[in-house]
Amino acid sequence: MAHAVASSAGAAIGDGPPAALERPDFQIVPRAGLPIVAVVLALLIAGIAVNELWPLEFLHVVAGAAWTIIDLFLGFVLGPIMGKLSMPARVEFTTRLMPKMVLIMPTVVTVTLAAGWQLSTHLGTNLTVNPLHGWVVASFIVVGVMAVIALGLLEPANIAVLTELKKPQPNGEVIERLMKRFIYTAGATGLMQIATLVIMTKLGSG
Amino acid sequence: MSERRLPPVTQLGMLSLALVLVAGIYLSAHLPEHVSLGPAVALLGASALVLIVNLLALSRVDGFHWRRFFEIGRWALLAYLVIAAMIEYVFLRNHTSGGPLVVLTLSLVVFAVNVPVLIGFTVARYD
Repeated sequence: MAHAVASSAGAAIGDGPPAALERPDFQIVPRAGLPIVAVVLALLIAGIAVNELWPLEFLHVVAGAAWTIIDLFLGFVLGPIMGKLSMPARVEFTTRLMPKMVLIMPTVVTVTLAAGWQLSTHLGTNLTVNPLHGWVVASFIVVGVMAVIALGLLEPANIAVLTELKKPQPNGEVIERLMKRFIYTAGATGLMQIATLVIMTKLGSG
Repeated sequence: MSERRLPPVTQLGMLSLALVLVAGIYLSAHLPEHVSLGPAVALLGASALVLIVNLLALSRVDGFHWRRFFEIGRWALLAYLVIAAMIEYVFLRNHTSGGPLVVLTLSLVVFAVNVPVLIGFTVARYD
């Protein structure tokens, strides 16, 4: 049956005889990861509360690096690979990767932004008189553009694909369309991350 | 695949999100120094208006799968309220107060409502 899916990517899997798409069992939001998210957010709260340079720099750099690398890797390496996989392979890959992304991405983005603002306040780079202030504002703009793309298109597509795959008879065409949206938007945010790298290395080198 | 006619919820949601993010960027670019609230209030108002128009347009769709919309949307709302709260916390930690705090808080509320609407709509439209 999974083979039938691969040969009819444009057709609804629910059409005709009941389809039994091979899908590993999965949770849209992996509950096992929630305590890890809670710990990371607790560290963020503590880091901001103590307002010391090292914890803030650690949180911002680690989460920011994770965000940038994941976006670049997804956009330019995994995305094109996913686009070339057969439908059953893509479905299996998706059910294993995307639930993790549901937890990882919002967490690393929140930590990067909150710790980054606090770090900027600590270093004084958010003051208009600071010579690096323009670069900080440029980073806000890049993050803003990425947020609109990621929150408006990528994240909803991710959740919708997983919800569709949870149905007894998923619609292959819906999955195909949403996956395409996911892959293209991952590429767009990956491209924006190059700007982030330019800005952050400039800020880091003063 | 037969596609029913739906209002441009994703496009309007992204517009509302963009407006409120520009408001946030404008304020963040000036804080902690004095900032004129006029542009931020105008952007926030426009964003909230687009969000309301979006929800009204969606509420007029016949046969929309509201149960699925709320099923997904409420969890997304919880997640984005946590995210908004973390951002609010960092501004409070830095003694942001008065008008800028009110505008930032309302911007975060609009942000936290917009994202679940976008996610809930994208999921429910295919049910």
